[in-house]
Formats: sequence, structure tokens, C-alpha cells
Amino acid sequence: MTSRHPNTQHKSVIDADGLQSLIGVLRDEGYQVIAPRASDDAMVLGQVNGIEDLPVGVRDEQDGGHYRLVPGGGRALFEYGPGPQGWKRYLYPPEERLWRARRHGESFTIEEDSQSTDKYAFLGVRACDLRAMEVQDKVFDREPQGDPRYVARRKNAFVVAVNCARAGGTCFCVSMASGPRAKDGFDVSLTELIDDDRHVFLAEAGSKKGVELLERIDRRPASDTEMSRADAIVSQTAESMGREMIADAEHVLARNLESDHWETVADRCLTCGNCTLVCPTCFCTTVEDVTDLSGAIAERWRKWDSCYSMDFSYIHGGSIRREGAARYRQWIAHKLSFWHEQFGISGCVGCGRCITWCPVGIDITEEARTLRDGEKDL
Amino acid sequence: MVHIEGLERVLQEHAFFAGMDDGYRDLVAGCAANEVFHAGTYVYREGDPADKFYLIRHGQVALEVYVPGKSPIIVETLKSDDLMGWSWLVPPFRASFDARALELSRLVSIDAACLRGKMDQDSSLGYELHKRFAPIVAARLAAARRQLIDLYGHPEE
Amino acid sequence: MTPLPAIADAAEPMVPIPFRIERTVKNLSDTFTVDLRPEEGRKPFHFAPGQFNMLYQFGVGEVPISISGDPQDPETLVHTIRAVGAVTQAMAGMKRGAVMGVRGPFGSAWPVEAVEGSDVVLVAGGVGLAPLRPAIYHILANRARYGRLVILYGARTPRDILFRAELEKWSSRLDTFVDVTVDRASGGWHGNVGVVTKLIGRGGFDPDNTAAMICGPETMMRFTIQALNDRGVSNERIHVSMERNMKCAVGFCGHCQFGGQFVCRDGPVFRFDRIEEMFLVREL
Repeated sequence: MTSRHPNTQHKSVIDADGLQSLIGVLRDEGYQVIAPRASDDAMVLGQVNGIEDLPVGVRDEQDGGHYRLVPGGGRALFEYGPGPQGWKRYLYPPEERLWRARRHGESFTIEEDSQSTDKYAFLGVRACDLRAMEVQDKVFDREPQGDPRYVARRKNAFVVAVNCARAGGTCFCVSMASGPRAKDGFDVSLTELIDDDRHVFLAEAGSKKGVELLERIDRRPASDTEMSRADAIVSQTAESMGREMIADAEHVLARNLESDHWETVADRCLTCGNCTLVCPTCFCTTVEDVTDLSGAIAERWRKWDSCYSMDFSYIHGGSIRREGAARYRQWIAHKLSFWHEQFGISGCVGCGRCITWCPVGIDITEEARTLRDGEKDL
Repeated sequence: MVHIEGLERVLQEHAFFAGMDDGYRDLVAGCAANEVFHAGTYVYREGDPADKFYLIRHGQVALEVYVPGKSPIIVETLKSDDLMGWSWLVPPFRASFDARALELSRLVSIDAACLRGKMDQDSSLGYELHKRFAPIVAARLAAARRQLIDLYGHPEE
Repeated sequence: MTPLPAIADAAEPMVPIPFRIERTVKNLSDTFTVDLRPEEGRKPFHFAPGQFNMLYQFGVGEVPISISGDPQDPETLVHTIRAVGAVTQAMAGMKRGAVMGVRGPFGSAWPVEAVEGSDVVLVAGGVGLAPLRPAIYHILANRARYGRLVILYGARTPRDILFRAELEKWSSRLDTFVDVTVDRASGGWHGNVGVVTKLIGRGGFDPDNTAAMICGPETMMRFTIQALNDRGVSNERIHVSMERNMKCAVGFCGHCQFGGQFVCRDGPVFRFDRIEEMFLVREL
């Protein structure tokens, strides 16, 4: 990413072969191309070598606690919504060694792990997930102390966004002002246009890197009709979105930290932490210090953690957040309210993953609304 | 009763009497006396008739529990400006703890039998004094409970 | 305001630097103090009173510990540690010459410069005296810049009094009021018995021109704030040091969140009026 400002001068049209060569050029440039692939009955992120690895005509059904891949019947490559994983697993992996140390007598030296040289191209990033990257940038790419691994991977990454042609069953990006249109934060964005006799992508460069990439593949300038059709597709997606986050969730949550409603949610919440794992912005981690059997080598590993565990807030023989109600409140209040105070932006991007993957279907938009409506009764 | 004049001034300056009607304060002063306790001596002992209460003018007094074969356990220390003793208000009017001077201590004692009589005669004086004792009792009880909870450590470690 | 000292190698805040143990002192049955020196060739260690380090025991783990030494002596890094978990218990067994990993300093500081000219009341409970000791050193070294200095300290029993010799030394100064209290004692104790909040009325400070700094378990701080408020000290004149679980100390791991605050980065020292609303929300 070199620039966040899309350049409308560079709207062009590529076909399936163009997409194939886009992947090829990225691979030639040394990128590992990562895209959603239909695997284990879900859209799972993985390496792709060409468009043959992309799912064809697959849609998803999503609802509270419900996710199914279903045939869409067509040729579309990007007709499904957000899958269970966010792109954070590449930028900030679930497990990562921070360093290794070697003992020398009483002392030790750190054999520092080299900075990450991972070079990823992300293909099929939706607007909500572009926002999620922007949100995580504020967490990790910060003066004076950023996370060097995250910063390096992010700087090296190439982002190919896709404008959503269909609203997922739990999406609410419109109300979070994060989607469905990819506005910035990408190198190239694609809008899939399918006719009876045509299957093309309207391609737009969002950075200098994006411009340079598009220059290397077969394309033609986009017509006005194609551009307005692409606009119409995204507008249609926005209009068909079924869920909505309340306005001013930040202050509603802040005012309701001691609401009785938390007990009601806690009756359903299993404190399983699924929502924290699927959330593309949740960033909490723990560290584990380990040694080899001889005790001469020690390592520190960083691992994703969840604020739903009792250990998470443990100090001196007890956890601060003992009750499930307090742990659910921490998660949603952090996401919707405290995040603003910490990073000047909501921690929620409206992707709906926490709703889909909650085993009991707790809906973040519904819980925020219930809190707000509870205020009216007062 | 010596130095009545001086005692009235002492009472007047003590926080316990702040804002009290002069007439009531004079009634109390009429029951008051100066007392001196040397370091190590007992002001009263657990089980003694609670026939007085005290204002500490100077010094330090420990409230203690006697433990056979061991040093007494100090549960609270009181210093100048503190008030000591409320068993005189509560039947059967017996001291609950030992009170022992830790250093040379000058106290004003107020005779309970004398005061109880006056309070029985004048219930508004009784109310006035109870109003002034209740916050002290409540604060001591709250403090005592806080002493129970290991405020400075982390319980259950 | 002077900018706070920050971690030396900003590029990699997660890597501990080896420090050698110069001296260990057992303060209490479960509490000990280590003097650390950077290994040869390393820079002196600067910190501000109230800041903390992440201390690493090779292969065992890492814990956040406040710095308890003198900020004017950057050659010696002093930590007072209570052995309560696996890491601190392992540290308790370390001898002179052994090496400990250090990351830091992290966090906010006691406002020792900002409160010059006013009375200062320091209230500590238990091992909470350790994070306040650098502030005491600073104030005593610049004594003329402050009004009354009042140090109030509470411990469970006389055996649990931390830095007893130093408390006695400070107490003997004519320009410092020190008062210590314990929850219970036996006959050998000639000091106060009662909760630390009882001492607050005796400090003789001017509530309208007093800066209070409190360090101890949260419950103790809650009662102390109440007692200070009762004496007329307003919340913007009160600073507290908060404690939360910490894994990274640089705001990445999320463990130390306290509402919108990261205790590691925005704290551990907070001006109380800024966290007042959250302070009473349970399990936040």
C-alpha cells in the first residue's frame, strides 16, 4: 500500500484471463496470493495459484448461528459474503514466535527473529475487511512503538478488493459506513459483472502499485455503462442489507455499563470466544514462554487470546471479570465504545461474523438496540 | 471536680462538641474531670463497669484484648482528639476491651452515671449525645470491618 | 512537562535486555528487592517515579513490576517483588550474579513535577509502598519545592511493614510527616492500630492545595479516596496506580484494558477524576 486514494483515471475492464494474469503477475512479483477457497464447507483463506483455485458459483447462507455454502448456479467467483476468517490471520498470525534466547552461564542472549519477510497479496478483500485492516493499523502501526512484524507484513501486502454483489445474511456494513463499496485502502478493486455472454471485472487502481500492476495485464478502458452497472450492483447490495447497527452505539454502550441487560445476555452467552476469533479487528493476545528440554534455549510465543477466558483478566489469585456478563460486556463495549476512545474509530466493521459464528446466535446489532431501547423505558 | 473553667474550654475546642448548644455543653462539663495515665497503665479493663467515657487530649491509648500467656492483641489505637468508650451508653454498661496508655496520656473523663441521669431528665440532651456518638460508632465499625479484610494484601493468595 | 522515559529500543519493544543482579535483599517473608545493573556496554537506565518494567525470568515467564529505586541513580535499577506466582517465586530464588531480562520503562508517572508548590500526601498499603518510593526519593531530593510532605502507610501487622528502616529515617526528618498503621499488633508495637484511612485526618495538609498519590490494592485505594474526599481533597488532586493483567506492556495484547484505557500505556498512574466513572463499575 503506497497510497489510499483511488484514482478514477484507472478504471478499466479485465476478463477471466485478465484475472488469471493478475494472479500470475503477483506471483511473479514474489507475492503469495491468498484468497477465500471453498474448503471444509466454508470459505477458508488459503493460497491460490490461479483462478482455477477460486470457488465458482458458490454462495453462502448466513444467519445468527448459521452458515452454509450453497450452489449459486452461476459462474460468479465472488458471490459469497465474509467467511469465518479475517485477513488478520496473515497480518497478525494466531501463533507467532517473538524471539528465541540462548542461555550462557548466568546470562542469556536474544537471538532475535528476523523481521517478517512475508509478502502476501490478498485477493477478494471486502470493504468491511479493508476497514478492519485500517482499524488494526491503528492498533499496531503506531508511533513510537508499533509491532514490527505486523507493520512489515502490512507494508509488503498487496490488496485486491472486491465490491460485494450480494449482501451476506448477517452483514451490516452500511450502518458502519464501511461498505459495501471499497472506497480506499486497496491497491486494486474489482467489481464482478456477469451477463449472459460476458464475465468481466471492472478494475480500479487505488494506489501506485495498483496502477503499475494493471498496466501489466490485458485490459480495456471501462465504458460508462459498465461503470454505472458496477455502481448499481453495489447500491443494490447496500439496499438489500438486512441488519443495521444503531446510531451512536458508542455512547449507548458507555451509558449502559451497569445495565441489567448484561445478565440476560449472559444467560445465553457460552463465553466460548468464537466472536473474538472470527472478528477481523479483535487483536488480543497472550504470550507463552517455553524452553527446550535442556533449558538452554527459551522462546517467547505470542498467541491469539480472548477476553472471554477467565485467565485473561487474572491478577493475584482471581480474575477481574468473573461473571460471563462482565466478559460479554467487555467484548461488545470495547468493540463499539472503548475503541473510539482508544483509536478514534469503532472496532466494529459490520461484517456480521460474530453473529454468524455465535453458537447461540447472539446478534451484536440486536444487543446494542436492546440497550438503547431500554433507555427509552426509563 | 477541679478546673471546671479550663474543662469547659477544653470541651468547647473538641470536635465532638462542635456546634453543641452551650447549655448542653455546660451540663456535660459538669460531669467532666481531668485524668492522667502513665505509659503502661490501664484506663479501664474489659468487663469493668463502663462508668465514664473519655476525650483524649494528649497521648495514645491502645484498645486491647488480653490473651493468656501472650502479649495482648491491640485492635485499635486512639490519639489526641479521639473519643474513647461508648459502653456507658449501652446496657449492661461494661467495658468491652482493655484500654491501656501507650505513653503518658492526658484525658478528660466524663462521668456516665452523672450524664445518664441528666439525659434521662432531658431527652433532647440524650438525643443530642446519641446523634454525636452514632457517627463515631459507625465509623469505628466500618474501620473494624476493613481491618478484617486484609486491605493491603490480596486475599486468597 | 518533561517527556517520560521510554523503552530504549523502540523498534522492538518485545525483546528483554539482560540485567545482572548486583544485590538481593529479603524485605518480608514473601517480598524481596533486587538491585540490577545493565550488562557491560549497555546504557544507564532512566525512568520516572511510578513507571514499571516487564521482568523476565529465563524460560519461566515475564511479569510487570514497578520500579522501586531512586530515579536519580540510573546506574542501579531497583525492583521490589512479592513472590506470589510461578515467575516471581522463581525470581525469589535468584542470587547475586544471576541475570534477569528487563523490558521498559513503561507507563505513566506520578506527577512529581506538576505538583511542585503544593502539599503532597502519599498513601500506601502493603507492597504498594514500593511504586511510591521513587516519588518519595524525588521529593526528598527536591524538598524545598514542595509544601508539607505526608507519608501514610498501612500494613497487615508490624511484621509486614515494608522498608521499615527507611520509614523510620524519613520519620526522623523534621520536614516530613510519616505515620504507619497496622490492622493488628501485639504488646510490642507502639505505633498505630487501625485502618490507614484513619491516618488521613492527622496529616495536617491543606486539602485545597494538596496532591495525593495512592498505591495499594484497589479496595484500599477506594476507601482512601473516600477519606481524602471527606477531608476536602478533590479527585483531580488524587492520583492512583492501577493494576491489571499485562502481557505486552505496549498496548498490543489487550489484557490490561480498563474501559477505554490501557493500564500499561495510559497508566498505571491515573489522575483519579479521569477514571472516576469506571472505577466503581464492577468487573470492568
